[in-house]
Amino acid sequence: MNYNWNWGIFWQPAPDGSGVYFGWLVSGIEWTLLTALLAWVIALALGAAIGTLRTTPAKWVVRLGDAYVEIFRNVPLLVQMFLWYFVLPELLPKGLGDAMKQMTPPWASFWPAVLCLGFYTSARVAEQVRAGIQALPRGQRMAGTALGLTQPQAYRYVLLPQAFRIILPPLTSEFMNIIKNSSVALTIGLVELTARARAMQEFTFQVFEAFTAATIIYILVTLIVVFAMRWVEKKVAVPGLISAGGAPMAGH
Amino acid sequence: MFSGFDFDVIARSAPYLFKEGMTFTLTLTAMAMTGGIFFGTLLAMMRLSSFKWLNVPAAAYVNLMRSVPLVLVIFWFYFLVPYIGAWIIGAKEPVRVGAFMSSVITFMMFEAAYYAEIMRAGIQSVPRGQVWAGYALGLNYWQTMAQIVLPQAFRNMLPVLLTQTIILFQDTSLVYVLSITDFLGAAAKIAQRDGRLIEMYLFVAVVYFIISFSLSYGVKHLQQRIAIIR
Repeated sequence: MNYNWNWGIFWQPAPDGSGVYFGWLVSGIEWTLLTALLAWVIALALGAAIGTLRTTPAKWVVRLGDAYVEIFRNVPLLVQMFLWYFVLPELLPKGLGDAMKQMTPPWASFWPAVLCLGFYTSARVAEQVRAGIQALPRGQRMAGTALGLTQPQAYRYVLLPQAFRIILPPLTSEFMNIIKNSSVALTIGLVELTARARAMQEFTFQVFEAFTAATIIYILVTLIVVFAMRWVEKKVAVPGLISAGGAPMAGH
Repeated sequence: MFSGFDFDVIARSAPYLFKEGMTFTLTLTAMAMTGGIFFGTLLAMMRLSSFKWLNVPAAAYVNLMRSVPLVLVIFWFYFLVPYIGAWIIGAKEPVRVGAFMSSVITFMMFEAAYYAEIMRAGIQSVPRGQVWAGYALGLNYWQTMAQIVLPQAFRNMLPVLLTQTIILFQDTSLVYVLSITDFLGAAAKIAQRDGRLIEMYLFVAVVYFIISFSLSYGVKHLQQRIAIIR
């Protein structure tokens, strides 16, 4: 076979005059992480709120929460990305829609991508939070109420602190998913790591070098997240409260 | 809000969307599922093997696939498969692989890593005594696996395997990055040709939602029906 390997390609100047190709990949991972982190903030806040609401005694609130989760879980991420990017600005009031369309290049695709990933992942986080709260013995809630705590206090001081410790491992994989899923944003023009590797391949024809580099960067990020979360798990562990290994889950 | 809505574009393009697009999406899903579960089961068996030369490569493969985004994997295989093909048949030039074959191979190999983790949990859910009983009856490894362990593992994991398949069905929309005419790709083409992005993308979202939602509803019911009470 005749493939010309050229690992020196990363230190050759990139055509846009911004430096070398390696710099492209670094800027790519920066955008990947920025998108993922901001989206994670949305996902965690919304997911925790909706997951909690789905365990309250009010039936219609639970229904509403269930509907939210089902909508975001049953539409492909890529389609949701298109909805946020192409469709939402048209459905909003004209002024707001035009403002969304007139944002300057990186931001015009960045904000829809952040919102899309945030909402998409919030449904999955909500599912985990609900499962975490429901995994607690019923007596916990009753004991809280018996001590005179109000419903919100019982959640704040008894249920949620335990539930979050239980669901730390699945939350870690959701966080990794959000990093990986941010690559879908390349379809709406966000130049994150995968898009950078693809652009590098198009300019240099060094397919395998570019993709190998991107793969290694993703693996490094995964390793860092896994080790960091293990440390967090140890840090917040409550003696005697053993988090179960958890049932196998489908997902990406 | 819906005043400028043109529902006619959906009616006009529906035959094309379903005949071309949905057929591709469903074929790809079915083939990737079959291949993915087959290779995934093999990977799970390798991973649970006591031989280092079997379990280390299997674990490395599964972990590699699970830490890389699917979009990147699609690009990888799109460029890699022609070279692997050439290497297998000993050709000098990279072989031409159609977009369909390329995406089937991609999804098969990618999903195999996810199915492997499910099957590993499934195999581990079968009590050890079952395996020993198999060996005590004089069955060898493959007979024990095929006749005792795997049937139980599949039954235990069926709901999770099916849920993963629903996710796979949604993920096949990512072949869009290779400009393939799957369901979303077909809709995107019409949307851009007729300038009807809103109608087409909303329609696609609704169709995907209906299919995925009814499938997952079915899985939930199946789960209650086949659950083994222990």
